[in-house]
Amino acid sequence: MAGLRKYLSLCAGLLYWLMIAPFRGKGWRMGLVFAQIVRIGVHAVPMAALTSLTIGVVLAMQSAAQLQKLGAVGFVPGLVSSSLVKELAPLVTAIIVIGRSGSGVTAELGTMRVSEEIDALEVMAIHPMSWLIVPRFLAMVVMMPLLTVFSIYVGLFGGWLIAHFALDMTMPFYVQRALEYVALRDVWIGLLKAVVFGVLVVTIACNTGLNVEGGAEGVGVSTTRSVVVSLLAVFLANAVLTAFFFF
Amino acid sequence: MASHESSSQVAHPLIEVDSLVRHFGPQRVLNGVSFKVYPGETFVIMGGSGCGKSTLLRHLIGTEKPTSGSIKIFGDDIAKMSNQRLMKARNKFGMLFQSGALLQSLTIAENVAMPLVEHTRLDRKLIDTVVKMKLEQVGLTGHGHKKPAQISGGMKKRAALARALALDPPLLFSDEPTAGLDPIMTAVVDELTQKLTRKIGATVVVVTHDMASIFRIATRIIMLGTGDRQGTIVAQGTPDEIRAHPDPLVRRFINGETDDGEPGGGEDDLYHQTLLRRT
Repeated sequence: MAGLRKYLSLCAGLLYWLMIAPFRGKGWRMGLVFAQIVRIGVHAVPMAALTSLTIGVVLAMQSAAQLQKLGAVGFVPGLVSSSLVKELAPLVTAIIVIGRSGSGVTAELGTMRVSEEIDALEVMAIHPMSWLIVPRFLAMVVMMPLLTVFSIYVGLFGGWLIAHFALDMTMPFYVQRALEYVALRDVWIGLLKAVVFGVLVVTIACNTGLNVEGGAEGVGVSTTRSVVVSLLAVFLANAVLTAFFFF
Repeated sequence: MASHESSSQVAHPLIEVDSLVRHFGPQRVLNGVSFKVYPGETFVIMGGSGCGKSTLLRHLIGTEKPTSGSIKIFGDDIAKMSNQRLMKARNKFGMLFQSGALLQSLTIAENVAMPLVEHTRLDRKLIDTVVKMKLEQVGLTGHGHKKPAQISGGMKKRAALARALALDPPLLFSDEPTAGLDPIMTAVVDELTQKLTRKIGATVVVVTHDMASIFRIATRIIMLGTGDRQGTIVAQGTPDEIRAHPDPLVRRFINGETDDGEPGGGEDDLYHQTLLRRT
């Protein structure tokens, strides 16, 4: 309960520093935002690529194995594209980002808390919210959808590898069938999910990191907790969002 | 010393702590601490490990909130200030943390420049000059481009001191400024502290247990007790008054003596029994 209260107060503070503070002469620190975009987003690209490539390949193979029995192999591209856009790309990207960026944020902020760096910022009258949290938040909210779109493309490419080399589909056929089963609305849903996941991951990671207690051991414990809680939150949010747009 | 005392008593106190109490769970770390610090003083808070002196300092800078009691800095209660007022008050003081607390992601020069970049409108060139001056004062010329992880503990501390002094604050807090420094660097840090009070009339509040340093810089001292007298002031006065203080706890602390009798001395059986009973 106390943890939830801290989380909500972090979110309230974040809202203030995102929306209101810029109009009071305390703008976003764009230099720090770009630094975080590189660390949180750009450095996650190789892992996101590899993961979504395998997902695309596996998806195509598994669906082809089943659809072959019905003589409906032509549906493989649609199945790959629709599941990637609406479900798998946002989810897989979120998991990658939790694993390397969320945990990194918690460990970094936790270490800063333990070594009095955050206190030092406060005493220098520099609000940790504007120096540490807002840049990470903005970076995450920008990069999650971008990484998701990237994952969709790489996943589709993975599906195409199977469709082309194992199922003898032509490129135009694959692309046409893949697009046929995805509406623009689906893309928006996927991107909305990505943004929601990004917000959850970065706020949970920051909140856990800022509240670390108990030295190096505390940092370790908090980093684990941050990853676990983020994963649960993302899966729950995914179920809720899917149900919301299903009905 | 007496003349200093009487002249400063007339001025308004810069810091006024009134019956400050702080509990951490069932543990009473601070138990009714009251004192005043006047402008121009070098005020030393001393005491053994775990007496709550660092905790007391954290209350003074507003990073911890008291359970009860009040802390007035520049006439305002720091525990009841709004965030904005607190930020404004913090512009008027510097703080040297025990571990240095330099930002690891920045270089030494960037760390020292930070308060100047954030709170002044000086142009880049002037800031660079000030940073170089501050680094020279603490003997770190030529180390500005290094990251905190690349320099020794003592150097970190001196860099942190340069950062705390970047804005020439009228009030400087420092937590164990000389711990981990060699005798020469201890003297350098002490001298810097004294220069600060003498030249720009700043007030310095130091938490330390380094006796040599205390008697070199202090104009007034309070000592916090441990054990049964945890978190209370057991002695206060000028360095001379503290040196001549009759309290046995103070005497032991100054002379570096252990508790009466050595551990393990006397009857071995009895010692083991009392030890076991205690834990």
